[in-house]
Amino acid sequence: MHSFAPPALLPALPELVLVCSAMLLLLIGVFRGEGSSRLVSWLAVLALVVTLGLAVRVGLEPRVSFYGMFVTDPFAAFMKTLVLLGSAVTILMGMRYFEDHGIARFEFPVLVMLASTGMMIMVSANDLITLYLGLELQSLALYVVASFDRDSPRSSEAGLKYFVLGALASGLLLYGASLVYGFTGTTNFAALATAVSSGGAPSAGLIIGLVFVAIGLAFKVSAVPFHMWTPDVYEGAPTPVTAFFAVSTKMAAIALFIRFLVEPFGPLLAEWRQIIVFLSVASMILGSVAAIAQSNIKRLMAYSSIGHIGYALIGLAVGTSSGIRGVLVYMAIYLFMNLGTWAVILCMRRNGQMAEGIADLAGLARTQPGLALALAIFMFAMAGVPPTAGFFSKLYIFLAAIDAHLNGLAIIGVLASVVGAFYYLRIVKVMYFDEPLAAFDRPISAELKGVLLVTAIVTLFFILLPDPIVGPAQAAAASLFGK
Amino acid sequence: MAIVVVFLPLLAAVIAGFGGRAIGDRGAELVTCAGLIVSAALAAVVFYGILGQHDAQIIPLASWIVSGGVDVSWSLRLDTLSGVMMVVVTLVSAMVHIYSIGYMAHDPHIPRFMAYLSLFTFFMLMLVTADNFVQLFFGWEGVGLASYLLIGFWSDRPTANAAAIKAFVVNRIGDFGFALGIFTVFVVFGSLDFGTVFAKAPSAVGTTIEFLHWRVPSLTLACILLFVGAMGKSAQLGLHTWLPDAMEGPTPVSALIHAATMVTAGVYMVARLSPMFEYSATALAVVGVIGGTTAMFAASIGMAQNDIKRVIAYSTCSQLGYMFFAAGVSAYGAAIFHLFTHAFFKALLFLGAGSVIHAVGGEQDMRRMGGLWQKIPYTYAVMWIGSLSLAGIPLFSGYFSKDTILAASWAAGDAVGRYSYCLGTFTAFLTAFYSWRLIIMTFHGKPRADAETMHHVHESPWVMLIPLFVLAAGATVAGYFTRGFFIGEGRTAFWKASILVLPAHNSLGGVESIPAAIAYLPLVCALLGIAVAYLCYMVRPGIPAALAMRFRALYLFLLNKWYFDELYDRLFVHTAFVLGDGLWKTGDGTIIDGLGPDGISAATRELAREASKLQTGYVYHYAFVMLIGVVALVTWYLIPR
Repeated sequence: MHSFAPPALLPALPELVLVCSAMLLLLIGVFRGEGSSRLVSWLAVLALVVTLGLAVRVGLEPRVSFYGMFVTDPFAAFMKTLVLLGSAVTILMGMRYFEDHGIARFEFPVLVMLASTGMMIMVSANDLITLYLGLELQSLALYVVASFDRDSPRSSEAGLKYFVLGALASGLLLYGASLVYGFTGTTNFAALATAVSSGGAPSAGLIIGLVFVAIGLAFKVSAVPFHMWTPDVYEGAPTPVTAFFAVSTKMAAIALFIRFLVEPFGPLLAEWRQIIVFLSVASMILGSVAAIAQSNIKRLMAYSSIGHIGYALIGLAVGTSSGIRGVLVYMAIYLFMNLGTWAVILCMRRNGQMAEGIADLAGLARTQPGLALALAIFMFAMAGVPPTAGFFSKLYIFLAAIDAHLNGLAIIGVLASVVGAFYYLRIVKVMYFDEPLAAFDRPISAELKGVLLVTAIVTLFFILLPDPIVGPAQAAAASLFGK
Repeated sequence: MAIVVVFLPLLAAVIAGFGGRAIGDRGAELVTCAGLIVSAALAAVVFYGILGQHDAQIIPLASWIVSGGVDVSWSLRLDTLSGVMMVVVTLVSAMVHIYSIGYMAHDPHIPRFMAYLSLFTFFMLMLVTADNFVQLFFGWEGVGLASYLLIGFWSDRPTANAAAIKAFVVNRIGDFGFALGIFTVFVVFGSLDFGTVFAKAPSAVGTTIEFLHWRVPSLTLACILLFVGAMGKSAQLGLHTWLPDAMEGPTPVSALIHAATMVTAGVYMVARLSPMFEYSATALAVVGVIGGTTAMFAASIGMAQNDIKRVIAYSTCSQLGYMFFAAGVSAYGAAIFHLFTHAFFKALLFLGAGSVIHAVGGEQDMRRMGGLWQKIPYTYAVMWIGSLSLAGIPLFSGYFSKDTILAASWAAGDAVGRYSYCLGTFTAFLTAFYSWRLIIMTFHGKPRADAETMHHVHESPWVMLIPLFVLAAGATVAGYFTRGFFIGEGRTAFWKASILVLPAHNSLGGVESIPAAIAYLPLVCALLGIAVAYLCYMVRPGIPAALAMRFRALYLFLLNKWYFDELYDRLFVHTAFVLGDGLWKTGDGTIIDGLGPDGISAATRELAREASKLQTGYVYHYAFVMLIGVVALVTWYLIPR
C-alpha cells in the first residue's frame, strides 16, 4: 500500500448513513430523556428503511472500496435488504413490549441500528479483517440487547452466556484467520482465491484455518454442535430481542458464511463441503428431534431455527449458483414466516404477563380466530406444507441438492422435516382442538397487526407471485459466481 | 380496462369478505353490487373494443412459473369468445347480486354471501380470459371452490354440507381428467400457451403416445381427457350427479353458478380449444354423443321431479347437452349462442323459482304449491317468458339458438349429427312438457298449501323484480338481435380467429338448406309437449297418476334419476368404505400399531428427551461441547493425511 488516496465512500454509503443516524438518535435520546423511546424507535425505523433503499440502489453493480476490503454487489444488496427488514420490524414489534414491561429505553433502537451496521459490514466483508470487524461490532451490540431487561435474572443470564460463548467462538475464528494468513500471506478474499486456486493441493494448515473460521461462523448461525447457547438465550432474552436474534443475525451470519466459503475458498469446495454437510445433517436432526420435548414456545422456536439453518446449509453444501439461490430464497421466506411467528408470540399476553407455554395457545381458534389462523399459516409454512411459501423454500433447496447428486442429504432433509412437522402441527392441533383457555389481552397493537397481515400474506401467496423474491435471489447468487 | 373488469369483483369480495364486520350488511351489498355493475358496464365497453380489432389481444400481468421448459404467466386473452363470456358473466352476476339483496335479506351472514358471489365472479372471469392451460385450470378450480362454499352456504343443514362435498368430489374426478389432459398437452406440444399449442395442433395429427404398449393418438387423447374435465364441470352424463344436489345452495347461487356461468365453463372450454378438437374426429364424436345422450336423459328425469329447483336443474343439465352436441358437430358458434341465450332464460327461471319459493315461505315442493298466479303476477309472467324461451317458441331467444343447433346437427350429415338431432328433437318435446308441468303445478289449479301459507303469499320486492325484468328482456329479444353475429352471415367476421371450424365441418353453413320438415319438427314437438302438459295437468289431472301406476317401473326409474346415485353408491362409495375399513383395521391397527405400539413415535419422543437433557444450562458444558466439535472436525481432516 504505497499511496493512501482516500477510499471511495459511495459503496459504504448505506452503512455511513445508518451509523450517523444512530449517533444522531443517541443524542436525541440523551437530550430528550426517558420519554423519548417511542420517537427514537420510529426514527430508527425510518433510518433503517432509508438505508435499505440506499443499500439496494448501491448494490446494483459490483463495487469494491477501502483498498479491497469492502465490496457491494447484488448479493450484498439482497442480504442487506433482509437484515434491515428484520431489524426494522424488530423495532416496530418491540415498542409495545418494552413499554408494557417498563423497560422502554431509547438505547434499544440505537443498539439495534449499531448491530445492523455490523451485520451490513459482515455482508460486505471482502477481507478477513473486515469480516472480524463487522462480526464484533454486531456481537457487542447483541450482548447488550440480550440482557436488556437487566433486572430480570434470566435476561442477564442470557446475555452473559452469549457473551462468554461468543468470546470463545471469536477466539476460534481469529485463530483460524491467523492460520489462513500464515499459510497464504494475505487476508484479502480476492488474493486468497488466487492463492488457493494456484497452489495445487492445499496445505493442512490452511485447511485447519478454514475449519476454525467455519466453526466461528457456525456458532453465529447456531449450527449443531455450536448451537448450545441458542435455546437458553432465546428463552431468556426479551422476546423482541429473541426475534432479532432469530431473524437478522441469522441473515448476516449466513451471508458471511456463504461469501467466505464461496469467494476465497470456492476452489476448495470438496474440502469444506464435508464440514457443511456435517453441520447441516446434525442441525436438521437435532432441530427436529429436540424441539418435540419443548413446552416453551421460545425454546421451541430456538430449535426450529437450528433446524432451518440445517436446511439452508444444504444449499451451501451444494455450492453452485442454484444452491446459493436456494439458500437465499430460503432465508427470505424464513424471514417472513419467522417475523410472523414472533409477532404472534408477542401477542401471547395474559393479564399483562407473557404467556410463553405452548399449552397457553389452547383453543385460540375459538377465542381469537384471526390470530390462530395467522399462526396456523406460519406453522404450516415452517413445516413445509404446500401451498405455503415454506414448501417452495425447501423445494428449491432439495432440488439443488439432487442436481448436485447429494441425494443422501436431500433424503435426510425430507425425513427430518417429517419429524419436524410433528411439533409444528401440534401447535395447530392445540389451537384448534383443545379446550379454550382465557383469551389473550386485547387489543393487539397496530404495529403487530400490520406485521402479522403482511407476513401472513407473503407466506400464503408467495406461490402466486414468486418473482419478487426468486428473481433478485437468482441475480444475487449469480453475482457471487459471476466474477 | 379489462384488468379492472376482472379484478374489481375480487376487490369487492375482499372488502366485503374481510371488512364485512366493519361496513355491515348494507355496506357489503353496496360494495359488491356496485363493483359488479361497474364491471359489467366496462365489460360491455371492452367487448365493443374487441369487435373492432382483428387479432386476439393479450394483456400480460405477471410471470408466474418459469421452470425448465414450463413458462406460464398471468395474462388476459381478449378475443370475441372471451368477450362474449365476460359480458354474460358480469351481466348475469350483476343481476344476481342485486336480486340477492332481496332474497337474502333475512340471512345473518350477508357479507360472507356477497363476498363469495363476487369471488366466484372473479374466478369465472379468470377462467374465460385465460391465455394458457394453467390459468384456465386456476379459474376452473377457483369456481369449483366458490361453488363448494356457496352450495354449503347454509352450513347448519346436513344436506347442504353433503351436497357441497358431493359437488367437490365429483368435480375432482372431472378435474383429474382435466389435469391429465393438461399434462398430455404439455408432453405433446411442449408448451401450455394457447397460441403455441393451437399453432402446432395440425402437426400433431397422426402422432401417437405409447401407454402400456397401447399406441394412442395423442391429440385425441388430450382432447378426450380435457373433455372429461368439461363433463365434470358441466354435469354431463356420468358426472352429472352433483348438479341436482347442488340446489341445496341459496337460489341466487343456483341461478348464477349452476345455470348461467360455471356449468357452461365446459362448453366454453371446448369452444376455446376448437383448434384442437377440430383435428380429432373421434373426440368430436365423443363430445356429440355424450351431449346428445345427456340432453335426452336429463330431460326425462326432469319430467318426474317434484322439487321446483330440481326440475330446472335437470333442465340445465339437458340444455348443456344441447350445447355439447352442437360443439360435437363443429357448430361452436351455435353452442356459444345457446350458452348466451340460456344464461338469460335459465337464470330467469331460477330467479323466478326463487321468487316463488320466497313467496311461499321456503317451500320447494311443487305438490304443495298451486293457484299462485293471481297473487304473484309478475313472477308468473316472467316464468312464462323463461319457459317459452326454454321450449324454443319462435321469436323468443331460445328458439333461435336451439333451432340452429338442431338444424346444424342434421346438416352435419354424419351419424353423430343424426343421432343428436333425433334425441334433441325428442328432448324438445320433453322440455316443453316439464316446463308447462312446472308452470301448471306451481301457479294453477287449487292451492295445495295450507291456508296460513297462502295468506302470506306476496309478490317479491322490487329489488328482486328488476333483475327479473332485465333477464326477461334478454330472454325475449337477445336472440333475435344477435343471431346474425353468432350464427348468421356475419359469423366469420364476428368470431374471427377465436373459433376454428375446418371447411369440411361447416355444419352451420348448411343450416339453410335442410328440408322444411326437419326444420319445423322441433317446433312441432315443443307445441305438442305444451299441449300434452295441459291435457295431463289442467284438463284431466287424473292422467299422470294413472300413467305412473300403469308404467310403475318406468316412473320409478325416472323418479329415482335412472338409479345413478344408487349405482355409484354401490360401486364406489361402498367399495371405498370396505377398502378403508380393511386398511384401517389390518393396515393401521394390526401392522403399524401392532408391530410397534407407537413404536417410531415413542422412539422419537425418547430421543427428544435425551436431546434436551444435553441442555444443562451450564456454560462450561456448552463450551465443552463446542470444543469437542472443534476437535472432531479437525481430526476428521487430519487423519486421512
